[in-house]
Amino acid sequence: MTWWDSLAELLSSPLMQRALVAAVLVGAAAPVVGTFLVQRRLALMGDGIGHVALTGVAVGWLVGSWAAASPADAFAVPGAVVAAVVGSVVIELVRERGRTSGDLALAIMFYGGIAGGVLLIKVAGGTNANLMSYLFGSIATVSTADLWWTVALAALVLTVGVGLRWVLFAVSHDEEFARASGLPVRLVSMTVATLAALTVTIAMRVVGLLLVSALMIVPVAVAQLYARSFGRTMALASGLGVVVSVVGLTLTWWNDVPPGATIVVLAIAVYAVGALVRPLVHRHRPEDDPHPEMSDDVLVPATAGEDCPPATAAPRR
Amino acid sequence: MLVTSSSPAPAAGSRTTDAPAAPAIDARDVHVTLGGRPIVRGVDLSVPAGQVLALLGANGSGKSTLVRSLLGVVPVASGSVHLLGAPLGPRVPWDRVGYVPQRMAAGGGIPATALEVVGSGLLHGRRLLPPRDRRARARAALETLGVGHLLHRRVQELSGGQQQRVLIARALVRDPRLLVLDEPTSGIDLPTQEAFVRTVASLRDAGTTVLVILHEIGPFAPLIDRAVVLRHGRVVHDGAPPQARGEHGSAEHDHTHPHADPVPPSEGPDLTLGVTP
Repeated sequence: MTWWDSLAELLSSPLMQRALVAAVLVGAAAPVVGTFLVQRRLALMGDGIGHVALTGVAVGWLVGSWAAASPADAFAVPGAVVAAVVGSVVIELVRERGRTSGDLALAIMFYGGIAGGVLLIKVAGGTNANLMSYLFGSIATVSTADLWWTVALAALVLTVGVGLRWVLFAVSHDEEFARASGLPVRLVSMTVATLAALTVTIAMRVVGLLLVSALMIVPVAVAQLYARSFGRTMALASGLGVVVSVVGLTLTWWNDVPPGATIVVLAIAVYAVGALVRPLVHRHRPEDDPHPEMSDDVLVPATAGEDCPPATAAPRR
Repeated sequence: MLVTSSSPAPAAGSRTTDAPAAPAIDARDVHVTLGGRPIVRGVDLSVPAGQVLALLGANGSGKSTLVRSLLGVVPVASGSVHLLGAPLGPRVPWDRVGYVPQRMAAGGGIPATALEVVGSGLLHGRRLLPPRDRRARARAALETLGVGHLLHRRVQELSGGQQQRVLIARALVRDPRLLVLDEPTSGIDLPTQEAFVRTVASLRDAGTTVLVILHEIGPFAPLIDRAVVLRHGRVVHDGAPPQARGEHGSAEHDHTHPHADPVPPSEGPDLTLGVTP
């Protein structure tokens, strides 16, 4: 069988079709949100939300078992959405209040989320094995209903994230200036947090809650090595997200490897190569003199060099 | 186009007569508390439209905090603030308020070009999407400050003085009627300072109200109509600017004198030498 036949077979599998659609959407949306998170120095926020979402999964499972829903995890994704949104808003509020106690509060919340999830899944009659598919992803279990959730939420995340990117950028880049411009800083911050929460829940099935943050952050880390602007960073990261997700998923068709971990390892490998190659690509351009031709502030003897501070400023500092 | 679009520049003497009745800044009994400590304690400040006001005071006297509270960056514990006739909040015409913070925000390492940073100045409380002519306006604002060539450069790799000009361009891109500057000339070489003073002068001539925090009046001296000095969060002087020495502001003056600048008489002791409680 040639690789072409093999590829045709891959594309004709309904399971793989669903998985590929989910991977493209998640790969495109996650780095868009990740760009804002990195800019806001919240690279680990996705990780925290993922921990909290696990409790949401278990609560959904619990509700499902009470309602005798079939399948048992019918409410797991809605539960994760609710828990992730609530968690992200709480994280944002903690961040806004201050930094010293925030760190500790966040840590407590993260571990509470994991412990709560493990505890509640037992109460709901499930096992830790059920949780594993959420923790590390199980794209093979993506149902048509899951796919619609993913499509709808990814469309929302991409529309808001790309459509409002300039106001999200303004607030993420310089919160003080944004406040002094009358921008609704708190609303915008909450929007970023909510987008992160929704991204976590749609990426949950593809890469898993424990690895979702990697898909949001690593493509951004690669893109910012090469891009010169915020807009390009976002576009490049999003494209990279799609490529690693699709390639990683496709590899699992031929090799029995977990898709989530494959995608993340692939992304990190791209980062490693990108960081190694960058010094070769970014040569110093000779016309880019970092010391522009300026008249000196002070009258100096010809030998004294240009490091003298301005005379008016020196005595007072 | 940026600085003179509101009207043909009126003569300096006439600019108070055609000014609107509402003061650009009207603050009454403003108190600001940060971390449980009173930083600003009962400041009254009314800045008529078209005035250039210098806010002076030692480090830690509450200058920056006062300005930040006037713009809504930090909450006012008590008192009232009106900007351009509207109470601080969504009703303020934010599109006409420009703010230049002390330094560029560090950010999380995502590159941003000068175009993007200046373009973000076009967004405000009443406009969440950038206008169509975002690029043209950002370019014009940067060119006003003589740094049009930096448009596509990463702001992170610019020098301190270039970053400062990008921040000023971000405030000017709005065509502000009220411009607030926090130590705009600190860490900037004199030719740039003088170019900047010329920019502020043309804004003033176009009727813009300017509130500028200064550590030393320096090249601003000829522009300043009024000086307010803060000490321990209170106004201790409000009136004529401390007189700069006659020869100091002139173009021919040679800035190589070895001694310190004369301390403005009303500035009082530095906070570090302050009276014991």
